[in-house]
Amino acid sequence: MIETRKPKLELLSTEFIERIIDEGLTLLERHGVLVENTEAVSLLAGAGAVVDRASGLVRIGRKLVLDSLATTPSVITLYDRTGSRAYTVGGDEVHFDPGSAAVTLLDHATQEERKASTADLVAFYKLVETLEHLHFQSTGLIAYDVPAPVADCFRLYAGLCLSGKPFVTGTFRVEGFRPMKDLLAAVRGGENELRSKPLAIFDACPSPPLKWSHLTSQSLIDAARAGIPSELISMGMTGATSLTTIAGTLVQHVAENLSGLVICQLAGPGAPVIFGGSPSSFDMRKGTTPMGAIETMMIDAAYAQIGKHLKLPTHAYMALSDAKVNDPQAGFETALGAVLAALAGVNVVSGPGMLDFESSQSLEKLVIDDGICAMVYRLLDGIAQRDDPVALGAFEGFTPGMSFLTHPHTRRWYRTEHIPAGLVDRDPYEAWVAAGRTSIVDKAHLDVARRMVAYAAPPLAAEVRKDLDRIMAAYGRASGVDVLPSTEF
Amino acid sequence: MTKNEIYPKMNEAIVAGDREAARALAEDAVRSGLDLLEVVEQGYVPGIQKVGELWERGEYFLPELISSAEAMKAAMAVLDPALNRQNLGARIGGKVVIGTIEGDIHDIGKNLVASMLQAGGFEVFDLGADVKLERFIDKAEEVGAGMICLSALLTTTMMNQRRFIALLRDRGLRDKYKVLVGGAPANRKWAEEIGADGYAENAVAAVKLAKSFAGRP
Repeated sequence: MIETRKPKLELLSTEFIERIIDEGLTLLERHGVLVENTEAVSLLAGAGAVVDRASGLVRIGRKLVLDSLATTPSVITLYDRTGSRAYTVGGDEVHFDPGSAAVTLLDHATQEERKASTADLVAFYKLVETLEHLHFQSTGLIAYDVPAPVADCFRLYAGLCLSGKPFVTGTFRVEGFRPMKDLLAAVRGGENELRSKPLAIFDACPSPPLKWSHLTSQSLIDAARAGIPSELISMGMTGATSLTTIAGTLVQHVAENLSGLVICQLAGPGAPVIFGGSPSSFDMRKGTTPMGAIETMMIDAAYAQIGKHLKLPTHAYMALSDAKVNDPQAGFETALGAVLAALAGVNVVSGPGMLDFESSQSLEKLVIDDGICAMVYRLLDGIAQRDDPVALGAFEGFTPGMSFLTHPHTRRWYRTEHIPAGLVDRDPYEAWVAAGRTSIVDKAHLDVARRMVAYAAPPLAAEVRKDLDRIMAAYGRASGVDVLPSTEF
Repeated sequence: MTKNEIYPKMNEAIVAGDREAARALAEDAVRSGLDLLEVVEQGYVPGIQKVGELWERGEYFLPELISSAEAMKAAMAVLDPALNRQNLGARIGGKVVIGTIEGDIHDIGKNLVASMLQAGGFEVFDLGADVKLERFIDKAEEVGAGMICLSALLTTTMMNQRRFIALLRDRGLRDKYKVLVGGAPANRKWAEEIGADGYAENAVAAVKLAKSFAGRP
């Protein structure tokens, strides 16, 4: 049998990749990066980086970066809540998770964005739990009724109670890390168990150009020490906070991410790190950061290629849209991004469900996007040689007028070769009219309701749940938050 | 250079966003003893007006718009002190206090509006980002501003625009200031709802609005 080719997109030549990496390293060596965290600065200085006390810039030599790369694992294995299902984050494996940390939810009934509540967050987790092509959860909504001091921890807490999938999450304040780690360790049954079977990825975003804030540096350090994967989210905006050229932005992307990677490795050698990002093509008319722009996707696909060249797991914010409702723009930007991300072999693709410049989530869109992801996985499976010979065997006894519909070969292969339509409309015109001219958004809305009923909480041991409750309540008290939203989930 | 030679050059420097040229020409004008009010009105202002037109026609984008505003600022940094020495304030537009509101650190849009207002002849007091509501009022009271501009990028921080109007009312100062609101989540309806005096969707529109409040063409 001829081996199936895995379809692949590579935008950059090897020569260009190496040039971009080289300039990124030179940028760190010559100009440095601003690190606003004393512990991170002393780690860097201790490893030979040159700290300019006046400007606060830390110049990192290329040897330190290369040494750090050498201790960074090229593959991370995440495990679900039970610890039995493993997900490889590395190579060309592709996993989708919902675009994260939206502040609003698109309300289907009013078609308006509104603030998201804890009830919405619960619905979001339940829905995502049922969507088979979204391998990971994300703490995707910021609920307004959760007091700010505990917001980061509470959304992970609720998620761990409701879902069995691995999580993509992150801290909003330095204090949030400890209880979030404790929640994860409680699920695993200990910190060492969590280290050997990571359950969550923590996002950490440098501030372009070339700055690691106190909060994000601390997240890198804390996660590295706990063996929790850090996802480096460099996010230059072309022509605003990074160079306007795509290649120029890539150089800065490399410098920002690699400086973060060095901090991780110094804090915990061998710490898992994901070469990710959320850069964008800056809109020179509106001053906005379109995630659905083709140039944004080109930057993403290119830095993923660079990440692979560096033998690192990769991540991108793709498969999302800047549309405000589930209109054609929402569909085509999401699908285009999903396809390009998958072909680029991005390991963690954060985006489904998301609208309006990463600020809004839609339950209906999550369902539609799950269907897009299904198509993408089919694409990635490629075209296989199922039979040998490819076709001639089935043509034995050929007669004109032979029907393939009843041919045993069809029954043998059609379910393997073709995926179901899902919510996509494939009705003949008359049938579509007779069925009420229903749009995919309306069908998605019904599907959300159906899935809410079908959702079954994955079993969680009562003592683990008690531990989670205890950790959350204690953190609430320590943060001066007396009343948390109802935890009847 | 005579004014017939220098005015078109000033105009060009602004349209091209050439900070150096705009500044050098202003210095020339001061040295040559030209009528500086006329220099502003006939040399530089037509340039920034042209830039506004090019923006509205979709020919200019943010890089050009900001560069031109910066060039205008560079020229005015030379002309303002000279005008003040002659007791001729060129800032006939009046004083404006501007900032990104409490809880919000996004200031790209606000900076742009501040630059364009300045280029449009207003004296601008930019308080930066994450500005406490009281500070807007204190500054406006201190400098004798006529207008307060509030920017917000987030739907959450936008609520502070409403709180600001209430605060002005509480302090009995509501009628003393024109309050303009802007930022991605704001719109005209929002401005009306919270009782602001106006809303502008971009920097060029903001200058037009501010000029209309100041009774200028």
